Amino acid sequence: MLECMPKQQVEHTVGKINPAKTCQPIGAMYASLGIHGCLPHSHGSQGCCAYHRMHLSRHFRDAVLATSSSFTEGASVFGGAANLKTSIKNVFEIYQPEVMAVHTTCLSETIGDDVPTMIRQSEVPEGKYVIHANTPSYKGSHVTGFSNMCKAMVTYLAQYDGGMRKERVNILPGFVNPGDMREMKRIAQEMGVDFIMYPDTTDVLDSPLTSKYEMYPKGGATVAQIKDSGNSKATLSLGAWSSDAAGVALQEKCGVACIPLHIPIGLKATDEYIMALRNTAGVKVPSTLTVERGQVIDTLIDTHFHYQGKKVAVFGDPDTVVPLTEFLITMGMKPVYVMTGTPGAAFEDQTCKMLDEANITERKIKAEGDLFDLQMWIKEAKVDLLVGTSYGKYIARAEDIPLVRVGFPILDRAVHPLMPIVGYRGCLRLIEQISNALLDRRDRDSLDEDYELVM
Amino acid sequence: MTISDIELEQMYSRYPDKVKKNRKKHIVVKEGPEAVQKIEANTRTIPGILTQRGCCYAGCKGVVLGPIKDMAHIVHGPVGCSYYAWGTRRNKAKADENTPPEKMFSTMAFTTDMQESDIVFGGEKKLMTMIDEVVKIFHPRAITICATCPIGLIGDDIGAVAKAAEAKHGIQVLSFNCEGYKGVSQSGGHHIANNNLMEHVIGRGTRDKVGKHVVNILGEYNIGGDGWELERILKDIGYTVNCVLTGDSSYLDIQNLHAAQLNLVQCHRSINYIAEMMETKYGTPWLKVNFIGIEATIESLRQVAQCFDDEELVQRTEEIIAREVARITPSLEQYRKICTGKTAFTLVGGSRSHHYQYLLRDLGMEVVVAGYEFAHRDDYEGREVIPTIVADADQKNIPELHLEPDKELFEEGHIHLSMSQEKFEELKKRVPLSYYGGMYKCMKEGQIMLDDFNHHEIESLIEMLKPDIFFSGVRDKYVTHKMGVPAKQLHSYDYSGPYAGFSGALVFARDVTNAMTTPAWKMLDAPWDAPAASGGAPDA
Repeated sequence: MLECMPKQQVEHTVGKINPAKTCQPIGAMYASLGIHGCLPHSHGSQGCCAYHRMHLSRHFRDAVLATSSSFTEGASVFGGAANLKTSIKNVFEIYQPEVMAVHTTCLSETIGDDVPTMIRQSEVPEGKYVIHANTPSYKGSHVTGFSNMCKAMVTYLAQYDGGMRKERVNILPGFVNPGDMREMKRIAQEMGVDFIMYPDTTDVLDSPLTSKYEMYPKGGATVAQIKDSGNSKATLSLGAWSSDAAGVALQEKCGVACIPLHIPIGLKATDEYIMALRNTAGVKVPSTLTVERGQVIDTLIDTHFHYQGKKVAVFGDPDTVVPLTEFLITMGMKPVYVMTGTPGAAFEDQTCKMLDEANITERKIKAEGDLFDLQMWIKEAKVDLLVGTSYGKYIARAEDIPLVRVGFPILDRAVHPLMPIVGYRGCLRLIEQISNALLDRRDRDSLDEDYELVM
Repeated sequence: MTISDIELEQMYSRYPDKVKKNRKKHIVVKEGPEAVQKIEANTRTIPGILTQRGCCYAGCKGVVLGPIKDMAHIVHGPVGCSYYAWGTRRNKAKADENTPPEKMFSTMAFTTDMQESDIVFGGEKKLMTMIDEVVKIFHPRAITICATCPIGLIGDDIGAVAKAAEAKHGIQVLSFNCEGYKGVSQSGGHHIANNNLMEHVIGRGTRDKVGKHVVNILGEYNIGGDGWELERILKDIGYTVNCVLTGDSSYLDIQNLHAAQLNLVQCHRSINYIAEMMETKYGTPWLKVNFIGIEATIESLRQVAQCFDDEELVQRTEEIIAREVARITPSLEQYRKICTGKTAFTLVGGSRSHHYQYLLRDLGMEVVVAGYEFAHRDDYEGREVIPTIVADADQKNIPELHLEPDKELFEEGHIHLSMSQEKFEELKKRVPLSYYGGMYKCMKEGQIMLDDFNHHEIESLIEMLKPDIFFSGVRDKYVTHKMGVPAKQLHSYDYSGPYAGFSGALVFARDVTNAMTTPAWKMLDAPWDAPAASGGAPDA
């Protein structure tokens, strides 16, 4: 990615060179961890499970436990029914989870394993649950897998009891860090909204170290909560790619109104999140949040000259990148390259519309792109800042551009899973990171006589 | 500190009968210095067990092929497999005279990113186009294609694609049928990678033996720069390192792998096939070495020196050993004070759990539990058990390569080492050529060997034996932390290194000491959780 990149503009037409997405099962595994007492299970050969656990462990720097059906060639030829049934028996006896969340891999999908039938034919202990999602790796991306498992939570568990709807809102947080979920919950609590969030990986993937080990930490949405979400008044589905499928399924199954929103990254998306909570729950926005909002405005005014007018390339998952791009525009920056690895024409439409409104006409937008594309764009016309995942670091070095790490995965830095980028506090964190990256660069590049204390 | 049968039974009690019966065969408590005990290994993982094992693809692309720096490694399949093996094994590599910077692809990932329609209609065309584009854009010296699970199922003939691409582009294109489901672990992938390199790459070069005392280091992946530390020491002594397989290796080096007098085998499991096959085909003798640990490094260096009929080399070896030991000893002492008497679990790699026991003993530490994810019985019990291992269906699915001595290049072992037949026979009595003794012999009475270790066993054993430190990979690391035990990754060294050789021992000692003494371990309990001095219950 450094010297081997071509100097001339070239395009490649098939495959991915330095992909900006990965496969469905890892997203499903992450979503499953947001159910209390859940053990994710990968139905396929065990390498997938090993890779997904490794990758999630590296991003969250926390324990990620999951089992596998451990296919060998026999199961690949004759089907994985015996492996899944044995797995279900062993998992409940040895690890005693509340829920086993099965997702498929490209292997079990390609041989056409009928997982729901296999589950029905298995002995599931009384009071325990096995849910499943189809997550073929040759379709969509890790975000699709997350979405499919969220939807499975609805289809397997959520129920409408037929009575009066509870004055309560469901929040589907989207593919974000536990720190983000915690912040979304704090805002709702601050407003006095009664809510259920799922999946909820707080206190699971950011659980404390106390010297007492719990295989199932206290966090996660309980089965009872997910069931009861069918009786809620409305669902805020945050992030079209990661949450809408579950939100719509809940509306269809239980008649809970689905309100699709962006993940509340940036000022505008946070405003919309708060307005939606206010309007659906019939509450007032407390002054504490007004103060927080005012602090963001104050900071934006105070710091705009650090970053305004700078060209920025942003890449990552669509539900992160869309509101993030919007916030970069709010900051007065110019997102000239916007890319996601996940497929979907809606990404290009939405981004295009935002950039049109901001009058940023010289730009490149791509869904289902890869980092080779992005680097070629940057080679053609440089940007001042790169915002994206850890994989951007090779481009950052080769093209000598500062990188602000946002999104999934971040493998080479710590603490980020606990620090929100959503809500008004998230706005402040993004401004801080972006400003400081640009100021550090200015310090680094300045001549002695231009090296200043006050900037 | 040993474990009682009652405690072990307690650990097994959570298991359903079938699981219990199976797992008991994979766990051995060493009985005594003279005892010979069998351990079951390289058999199927129990479905639903929380294993740490990976797959065939991981062994082939992830471990063996991935580090080759100037080949474009195209992973044929959906996106994930390529993505997860991208930049995650820390195989350090740098440009050299063989590989100019524009030919280095080690920080890149190439995947055909198969879509649903490709699964239905086949992905051969897509793969061919991808190869064409990669050649056009990057001009690699050679290409590897690795198959992932669905490829074997849909029957894409990657061998035919590779052959056609080779003819079209005039560079070597190798295909590896390393679908994830093959075999029972990563191990099958090592074997497939070894076979293919042996059959198609090694021996194609025309390089003559350059320099004096030419050696290869096999099964060294240059994680954290381990290979570079070994090269430094070996070069100082007077050896010529022909090739390190595959850490920081170039295609050209591997083609010329046969141009060495002696093969040094570091990781037995991942590469013993090549060592053995080279002995058959070229007559190259091999020596199992261990450069992890000061005493182990010294012992290995002395053995290597004996393999050459050169007094000066033996003397120079001693000089370097003395120099290096004098250099690191003062700094090491401060760490040794803290480490002495501490216990550890080592659960990593295909030789590492064995190798690290030496380094830990150098620091005054003892390993009480050691195991592997993907080892075979010979890695535990020594190569003498190989004839008694009966292959089952899973092992038979990995093709064996049967080689004949090369008509032009085969030379008897003594000719390789430039000594007389008599001297060579004498040497074989002193130095265990073509042999690996396995981990078992290194362990002491009461210590435990664990094959295909899993979460429940680790959790139970930590509870029972309370080790001071735990060495494994990232998947166990944070679990162990939550149990209050410091953990260090011996796959990635927690982004430190090198840990091999003399300099490595010092880095390791520092890292281990830091892991055990970082002040936070003493602050686990909040002050308000302690009973108040004046009595009364804690707050929380």
